[in-house]
Amino acid sequence: MRLPCPICGERDIREFYYQGAAVALDRPDPEASADAWQDYVYLRDNRPGPLREMWHHDSGCSAWLVVTRNTLTHEVLGAELAIDVKGARA
Amino acid sequence: MRLADKGLIDRNAPISFSFDGVEYNGFKGDTLASALLANEVRLVARSFKYHRPRGILTAGSEEPNALVTIGSGGRADPNARATVQEIYTGLEARSQNAWPSLGFDAMAVNDLAAPFLGAGFYYKTLMWPRAFWERVYEPIIRRAAGLGTLSGQANTDKYERAFAHCDLLVIGAGPAGLMAALTAARSGVDVILADEDSIMGGRLNAETYTVDGQTGADWAANTVAELAGMDNVRLMTRTVVTGAYDQGTYGALERVNHHADRRDGKAVLETFWRIAAKQTVLAAGALERPIAFQNNDRPGIMMANAVRAYVNRWGVAPGKTVTVFANNDDAHRSAMDLQNAGVHVAAVIDSRNSAKALGDYRLITGAQVCATSGRKQLESVTYRTASGEDSISTDCLAMSGGWNPSVHMTCHMNGRPTWREDIASFVPTPGSIPNMTVAGACNGDFSTAACLAAGVAAARDALAALGTKPAEVPIPNAEDSDYKMEPLWAVAGKGRAWLDFQNDVSVKDIKQAASENFRSVEHMKRYTTQGMATDQGKNSNVNALALLADATGRGIPETGTTTFRPPYSPVAIAAMGAGAQGKGFMPERFITSHAATIERGAPMMEAGLWYRPSYFPAKGETHWRQSCDREVNLVREAVGVCDVSTLGKIDIQGPDAAALLDFVYTNMFSTLKTGRVRYGLMLREDGHVMDDGTTARLSDTHFVMTTTTAAAGQVMRHLEFVTQCLRPDWDLRFTSVTEQWAQFAVAGPKSRELLNGLLSTPIDNETWPFMACGDVTVAGVQGRLFRISFSGEHAYEVAVPARYGDALFRALLKQAEAMGGGAYGMEALNVLRIEKGFITHGEIHGRVTAFDIGMDRMISAKKDCIGKVMSQREGLLDEDREQLMGFKPVGAVKQLTGGAHFYPEGEDPTPDNDQGYMTSVGFSPTFGHFLGLGFVRGGAARQGDRLRMIDAVRGIETVVEVCHPVFFDPKGDRARG
Amino acid sequence: MGWLKSGGTGGQVMRFSGLRVLKEGLTGNKGWSPHWRDPEPKAEYDVIIIGGGGHGLATAFYLASQHGITNVAVLEKGYLGGGNVGRNTTIVRANYGLPGNSEFYSHSLKLWEGLEQELNYNVMHSQRGVINLFNSDGSRDAAARRGNAVIGQGDDAVLMGNADVRKMLPYLDFDQTRFPIYGGLYQPRGGTARHDAVAWGFARGADQRGVDLIQQCEVTGIDIVDGVVKGVQTTRGAIRAKKVGIVAAGRSSQVAAMAGMRLPVESHVLQAFVTEGVKPVIDHVITYEAGHFYISQSDKGGLVFGGSLDLYSSYASRGNLPMAEHVIESAVTLMPSIAKAKVLRSWGGIMDMSSDGSPIIDKTHIDGLYINCGWCYGGFKATPASGNTFAHLMATGNPHTAAVRHRMDRFSTGVGLMDEEATGSQHNLH
Repeated sequence: MRLPCPICGERDIREFYYQGAAVALDRPDPEASADAWQDYVYLRDNRPGPLREMWHHDSGCSAWLVVTRNTLTHEVLGAELAIDVKGARA
Repeated sequence: MRLADKGLIDRNAPISFSFDGVEYNGFKGDTLASALLANEVRLVARSFKYHRPRGILTAGSEEPNALVTIGSGGRADPNARATVQEIYTGLEARSQNAWPSLGFDAMAVNDLAAPFLGAGFYYKTLMWPRAFWERVYEPIIRRAAGLGTLSGQANTDKYERAFAHCDLLVIGAGPAGLMAALTAARSGVDVILADEDSIMGGRLNAETYTVDGQTGADWAANTVAELAGMDNVRLMTRTVVTGAYDQGTYGALERVNHHADRRDGKAVLETFWRIAAKQTVLAAGALERPIAFQNNDRPGIMMANAVRAYVNRWGVAPGKTVTVFANNDDAHRSAMDLQNAGVHVAAVIDSRNSAKALGDYRLITGAQVCATSGRKQLESVTYRTASGEDSISTDCLAMSGGWNPSVHMTCHMNGRPTWREDIASFVPTPGSIPNMTVAGACNGDFSTAACLAAGVAAARDALAALGTKPAEVPIPNAEDSDYKMEPLWAVAGKGRAWLDFQNDVSVKDIKQAASENFRSVEHMKRYTTQGMATDQGKNSNVNALALLADATGRGIPETGTTTFRPPYSPVAIAAMGAGAQGKGFMPERFITSHAATIERGAPMMEAGLWYRPSYFPAKGETHWRQSCDREVNLVREAVGVCDVSTLGKIDIQGPDAAALLDFVYTNMFSTLKTGRVRYGLMLREDGHVMDDGTTARLSDTHFVMTTTTAAAGQVMRHLEFVTQCLRPDWDLRFTSVTEQWAQFAVAGPKSRELLNGLLSTPIDNETWPFMACGDVTVAGVQGRLFRISFSGEHAYEVAVPARYGDALFRALLKQAEAMGGGAYGMEALNVLRIEKGFITHGEIHGRVTAFDIGMDRMISAKKDCIGKVMSQREGLLDEDREQLMGFKPVGAVKQLTGGAHFYPEGEDPTPDNDQGYMTSVGFSPTFGHFLGLGFVRGGAARQGDRLRMIDAVRGIETVVEVCHPVFFDPKGDRARG
Repeated sequence: MGWLKSGGTGGQVMRFSGLRVLKEGLTGNKGWSPHWRDPEPKAEYDVIIIGGGGHGLATAFYLASQHGITNVAVLEKGYLGGGNVGRNTTIVRANYGLPGNSEFYSHSLKLWEGLEQELNYNVMHSQRGVINLFNSDGSRDAAARRGNAVIGQGDDAVLMGNADVRKMLPYLDFDQTRFPIYGGLYQPRGGTARHDAVAWGFARGADQRGVDLIQQCEVTGIDIVDGVVKGVQTTRGAIRAKKVGIVAAGRSSQVAAMAGMRLPVESHVLQAFVTEGVKPVIDHVITYEAGHFYISQSDKGGLVFGGSLDLYSSYASRGNLPMAEHVIESAVTLMPSIAKAKVLRSWGGIMDMSSDGSPIIDKTHIDGLYINCGWCYGGFKATPASGNTFAHLMATGNPHTAAVRHRMDRFSTGVGLMDEEATGSQHNLH
């Protein structure tokens, strides 16, 4: 599998670290409900098909990426820098 | 028998080799199979289950029978395909799975018992008495099974792994692959052309067809020569592409030197390639399928295409009197090529009523071979027509049930092939592999002309996708005959008709599986082992599923195929794991004091990827404990020096650096004064402890964080996550400086005195109180000094740029030794920290909370931090949780052990009574007895309790007293002094 | 083909025995009857099990054999045993250290030990011994801790030093390897079993007791009225049921979503590998901590081995080269004497990775709907106990004593988390 790092270009996944669904970006407020926190830390939609997910270009530029990838086919539909995704929301 | 004037072998280069200890001769260009056939060796192997005599079936890597062991000792290569292995001078091959000899194999008795050993027999018996499975039945089965034998010695051959990149990967160098490569190469893109054979050309080297008026082999050689002269082309012979993976990644195995007679272990034997290709053309060809009939497995019964290949490419007649049995026109070419080579053709037996002779040979139409004779060598075949049965004396039968396109690679990414009724075969389903185009015989195009044209067309598709204008490449003239075939999977009749030759699966087994309701093709496969042999069903799967379809009354498309999985051809563990043997498994990280440490005879131990010294043996010390005790004492009484550079160091700078630290640590760092160090506790978001360490504030906007050795990478990634994914608005930068700074602990009552001997500006308790830090000049070098202590003593850590590490370590040690101190290693460090109740990842092992280690009050109430919310869950604050405490032995046995469990005195050691466990122990020379850290239910409330400590796996039991975890200097006066 | 459609095997259960094999062998093997029927789904069952893998089949078997609940259907969208039970490295062991797992796997191993007689089916359960090699003082202590828990549980564990391991496994690389072998935690009762046979044995046993095994029947919806489960929608029509159990492994999240549930589960791919057959070289099951690697040799002679997840979410049942190579690197460094063995086949399965690496066997918030998931890649050895304890829960409404801690709410309360790998909530790290 190869991922298109927006900074480095396409690289083999052995350069990357995988964390999981991109819900990780949406950390609840400390005052949020217990359910909100359980959702964030534990529960996952885990649907087959396109998934927005967190990859870290660990052995490359150290950027965290939000990659959209189809979990049925492994087709990569896009990759953005997490910092941009998060920044755009601010 | 060798034929005159035929083949691509070099008759000026004779080669001698041996098989089962007998010397034979062949020529350069021979495979072991062709050379054995030339020497009229027919019996080469025994089958897997029934140990039936077997000969060479094919002329390629799909060979299920002729598997041999090449070489001996650490280079012995079991299960080598005789049909692939090229001969070289001195090659030693041995047959397998036969005892005492290939000719007389005692295990052939299995064949007589075959009625009781059919599909799934073992599931139905061998259950009584219960204990007999492991003791009696299974050992017998295990010894009988398996093919070749591993030498038992460590591999001594050299293997490599490599990466390659290209615009277009062409898999297979037959007519389609060559034309695809030529078209792409002339268009200017980077091309890799890979073929498993030793020479490129595919079937062109094995047939008598002409291309553009040249022999097929000559045309191929000329085309390859043109490609070889182009800078944008990499030709990879003896390279089998093993698997298709995501985003155009392919695995490929290059057999670099299996054919070389110099086998000194220095040259690379095999290279495993990872090829990243933007586009791929699959031109993998097709494999001929056998026909199942009674005793169709005797030595001398071969695939018709293999017979042709042996005649045309290797100049070998596989028999003296050859018979052909086929359901298609193509196989008739074997008869013609044999005749042209002067070999007698007894007859062509064609199952089709409509079959026409293509040459001057005896043709028997509407006929099927229904029996054969000859135990170790085919002697005759019996065929059946509407008018009855008749026999023909023959020593070689060339059979063909038609062709199966090699769709394997197109199915490696969950694709399923499509059934094409007109050719009664599966072909690739378009789009099965992204950016792959399929061309030639593997796509169901069986004429040479069609393959040549398909190669060009596929290349043009690939070029279009690459955005490159295709060069005009004329398509050569070649034969364009129709593929005429009528399906014939199995000949009806008694006896056993074999499908999977190696695994001894017969038509009856398939029928039995169906009748036992193993009707799914996967069930049939798994129940009968059909297709699970070393050829992975390349020769037999389509026939078997056609028969299953028949037995279950379904169509073949509905029945479907089993899953094609990589690798296409087996790959040695040594190749896919090349470089990992011995120390190559993981990188090695060395501290700057490594050489000086080794000079002092210190044994090194692994700490993650690092090596760190266990202890520094002094003269006369014969046991590590002697050294450890001495080192603990010298730290407590004088001064010790220890390399602590392996701890992670992260340099953090920027206006929001303090905000980051406040967020990742449970406690406050924004309040830390410049020039001071603070201990911090870091949680995972799930509320459990991730790591701990000290962080120094060097200026208002500049911090240096230390992490544990084990968690350095994890913490770095965590900080990246927090700053990029949660708080990209923060203005700060950080980088790992673990490698850049060599850092040494200088610990003990004389530590300041030692340092003052090296510092340009001496320090005192006023300028450098406990937990102070700052820049210093040490031995003339700009460095940093931190007054921190992991031993409980008055101690410092001094850091210098890594290039000065070796020199500083030696200088520190020289000073220390002059003061009655010296170096200390990990063993002593461990005892020192246990005496002080300091935790490591032995304690913060991933399941503990701040509460468990008595640090819940370090979670600041004034701010949010990672893990704070989840750490407040009821289950994580339960008073009954196991909490960190100290332990000392009070029973008769004075030894404590890590991993022991605690139970109440007088209670049985049951899970319900389990009170906790010991995490770290050490013999404390300071106290004169063992000390332990561990976790116990109820924690501090248990102080003073006595518990049974049971280490059942070590056979140790004692009584321990629960203590405060800080045994030594609980007020911390020594560190501050 | 009437027998395939209806009528069942009721009253004419074929017992397997050596004598039977002999008799059939002498009469042309023509008398074998189907292992199980292919019934049409009925309109209603007492219990529907969604998923015809090992755990689902075992659940049905124990519902019938231990609780007398035989009006049961197992609905399988593909073929029986087509998931992870037919695609694993066949290891059976009970050497877990944490409460919850410890008693559960202990229970499972005991069931394994009587399984063949109970099923009248030889699943080739081979107690050849499992050894977990460790590579540091710290991991020796961790192994001891685990071994002591195992012994406390009443099972077997032996802590072996380097010399003992050398004697038992002389072919390992003790001298050159990157991470030296300090010793191993050995469980003599651990071993392997023929994975497919386990599914078939449970399937045959359930069928013989009247359970309908319905293949090619995909569940497309779960019917719930006022918080009570009423049945399921399938590709073969609606089927009513009083109780429904979800036992869908890697597809758990999808099925649970039909009932509006979100699980603490992420689906991941785990690869495994087998080499060409070679004569016996490895007599035990060996695991290697430094590489997260495990290996044994099948009765056919293939070296069967595996390692970590590919680490990315996947429903593709196939992996990629980086992890394949990493796993094989472990083989090379640990036992360079098998380096010449050739990898014949690699495959991938979909693992339902839970948030603490341990399973869930629990009721749901919907009355009559039960769930059994989160097996990560430890599900094979759990097969008998998973079925046994889930059947108990579904039949009685109360958790089995060996599975009281397998609750879904442990993630919200933090009570009784079973994080064996000690890696926290990130699903792929378990």
